Amino acid sequence: MKQRPAADLSALPTYGIGPRSPTWWGTLGFMALEGTGFALAAGAYLYLALSWPQWPLGAPRPNHWPGTIVTLLLIVSLVPNHMLNRYAEQCAIMPVRIGLVVMSLLGIAPLVVRWFEFPALNIYWDTNAYGSMLWVLLGLHTTHLITDVGDTIVLTVLMFTRHGNSGRRFGDVGDNVFYWDFVVASWIPIYLLIYWTPRLG
Amino acid sequence: MSSSDLTSERDLVPQATPKGDLAPERDGPRDTGLDDATLHRWLERTWRTKPGIIGALSSVDHKVVARRYLVTAFVFLCLGGLNAVAMRIQLSGPQRGLIGPDLYNQLFTMHGVTMMFLFAVPIVQATGIYLVPLMVGTRNIAFPRLNAFSYWIYVSGGIFAWASFALSMAPDVGWFAYVPLSGPEFGPGKRADVWAQMITYTEVSSLAVAVATIVTVFKQRAPGMSLDKIPLYVWAMLVTSFVVVFAMPAVMITSTFLILDRLVGTHIFNPAEGGDALLFQHLFWFFGHPEVYIIFLPATGMVSSIISAFARRPVFGHLGLVLSLIAVGFLSFGLWVHHMFATGLPKLGASFFTASSMLIAIPNGLQIFCWLATLSDGRPVIRTPLLFVFGFVFTFVIGGLTGVMVASVPLDLQVHDTYFVVAHFHYVLIGGSVFPLLGAAYFWLPKLTGRMMSERLGRWHFWMAFIGFNAAFFPMHLVGLWGMPRRVYTYPAELGWGNINLFITAGAAVFFLSFVLFTFNMLHGALRGAPAGNNPWDAGTLEWATTSPPPSYNFARIPVVTHAEPLWAEREALPVATGLRVDARELVISTVAEARPDIREKSATPSIWPLFAAIAVGATFLYSIFTPWAVVWGALPIAITLIGWFWPKGDPEDEE
Repeated sequence: MKQRPAADLSALPTYGIGPRSPTWWGTLGFMALEGTGFALAAGAYLYLALSWPQWPLGAPRPNHWPGTIVTLLLIVSLVPNHMLNRYAEQCAIMPVRIGLVVMSLLGIAPLVVRWFEFPALNIYWDTNAYGSMLWVLLGLHTTHLITDVGDTIVLTVLMFTRHGNSGRRFGDVGDNVFYWDFVVASWIPIYLLIYWTPRLG
Repeated sequence: MSSSDLTSERDLVPQATPKGDLAPERDGPRDTGLDDATLHRWLERTWRTKPGIIGALSSVDHKVVARRYLVTAFVFLCLGGLNAVAMRIQLSGPQRGLIGPDLYNQLFTMHGVTMMFLFAVPIVQATGIYLVPLMVGTRNIAFPRLNAFSYWIYVSGGIFAWASFALSMAPDVGWFAYVPLSGPEFGPGKRADVWAQMITYTEVSSLAVAVATIVTVFKQRAPGMSLDKIPLYVWAMLVTSFVVVFAMPAVMITSTFLILDRLVGTHIFNPAEGGDALLFQHLFWFFGHPEVYIIFLPATGMVSSIISAFARRPVFGHLGLVLSLIAVGFLSFGLWVHHMFATGLPKLGASFFTASSMLIAIPNGLQIFCWLATLSDGRPVIRTPLLFVFGFVFTFVIGGLTGVMVASVPLDLQVHDTYFVVAHFHYVLIGGSVFPLLGAAYFWLPKLTGRMMSERLGRWHFWMAFIGFNAAFFPMHLVGLWGMPRRVYTYPAELGWGNINLFITAGAAVFFLSFVLFTFNMLHGALRGAPAGNNPWDAGTLEWATTSPPPSYNFARIPVVTHAEPLWAEREALPVATGLRVDARELVISTVAEARPDIREKSATPSIWPLFAAIAVGATFLYSIFTPWAVVWGALPIAITLIGWFWPKGDPEDEE
């Protein structure tokens, strides 16, 4: 088929950040499907809780303190996270490097506290369905947390190499910031469900 | 919109001056002003899949990956079909001793899981992987390595299931594997675990494809292809991908909960310890009902493409069809409970789901009327693809009518678990999806192979398939109403079901032979068929603007779109965009709604790492049916392969 030139794209930029970039949309897609998974797991918990009048099946209440500390750490981490985002938009390499180191540490810290959260549930996964659901919910979010912290550490190392000075990499940092927001946001309903719904009854 | 609007001063972002600590862009040669031969040499060098085994295993070309998907899904169709033939031979007369109950349980389970998870979903997604990038006028799918990864995961899941079958370890609990039958108490051995992990493989794969498809449609459309100019098939794949994103996590949650109950002793589905068996059904059907539409919606897109090409006019009611697709996508999430009427739900809930089940017939009916209007207003040219569309309309309408019947609780309770239901869903699935797929094969295979399939054999194929299908499945309505239950390996002679079952088996044999003929026609067409040329049907969408088969880079220059049927609007010469680099894999990223060109983005280069990552992930899944520690041991190889995948290798595609 014959062709006639109708548009010249030679002046277009070679990268874009936020919703301009396909990676941002891909990240959003994965958030949507992971969010659906979380919502369904939370739905399963509520379904069981509403099916059994004696929920939480006579189990002792979980100790909420480790979970509360994790929550506070996660909320605090949002501040440097968004500072990092601004530096990434400015393509400023040194502040981005520092920001990523800070975010890696602020990712590891809640993971350390998370270790103490499991025993603080005061029930095992195989005691009854209530225990199973607590472990499942906490396990799901922990997997999520480990994955993103691993991702952040790899990106941090990458930004210290010669590959760091490219628009594409700064875009990756922005998407990492975006995903961390989701890790924090998805924790809040799970935190309330695990530690505060048993205290309602 | 005229093509000059696309690049007016107002919209063009000037080349950003390097800011911050950004390395300056190393520019390369552009396509502007290159003659066709030189352009082809450059693009072929940049985009080709390298020769040799490593090259083949590293390919990220959406057409190569899609071809692999299509062939693999077709193999699974044949295997699932052979399961069905074996069952039909066993049921052809009362008290036949060919197959015992244990093998029969594995056969119908493998038939179901193969057809649903290894054939139907992968083949509709594979068709999209091939066609969507071509139809939206881009050079590769978004996230090409993720796409390659999804294929390796899919094929390892399929091999896992069929190797288990060969070892007599196949799941035997039905394709939906209800607890408590599949739970730790009544499902000893590894069979139910095979079901659960096979689900995990195939869902990971289809979720990955769904995200890649959504982003391709949102961000990689050719300049000018605003939302109202997106082809209906692409709309159908977009809506389907959204349904996948919100439905598939449900079945992954279900299968994960099941394997936890079986492997580490959780009690999620165990009513004795505060769990609930019905929760399994809710979670499963929250996926399971949208699943039907995941299979059906792409088929409606195929039907729209075929009808407009053969009716020689754009589809009547384009906007109405798009809105119907979206409505069906939404409503598909509100019906799941109608699979559970026999579980003794509260009356109000049952009534709600009856109403919503009937509601979804409205947008579906609207689509049928739009197609009929297109045909009656156009000048239809009756060729094999259109015959299959006629077969689809006839069969799917019958399936839809029995669907409205079983949506009402009293009738559903009467025919629940009988052959009436088997007849209903085969009419919907084969009528609604397989017939359009067969039509699509005749329609688009010339694009893949560059050669036409035989029209005469095609007509034979259609009539054999149509008659064979109806002979096999229509009598199932009757035998179901007489009370024959699903999933029985035999029945006593006194019930008088022998003759009708023999007739059904004869119909199934004809249906099976129609696929043998189809296979022959495909192979013969691919090797000996008449050359197809770029656009054998004189259709209007962009996949027909390039050669058959398309080159590795799809389009020598990215088309500029001015109409929903671009090739009909621009018969003289196709408007195209220039200015892209030819020494790196550059494609155009456009804005979501208007499709204004926005970025010259680099597409990922070939890589062997997605295969390694799939091996690491697959091995972890496999190992995890034996011990929960697999997740811990598997994490390291998975992490290593993912780092290998994402770590930049110094290509321009990685750096800029």
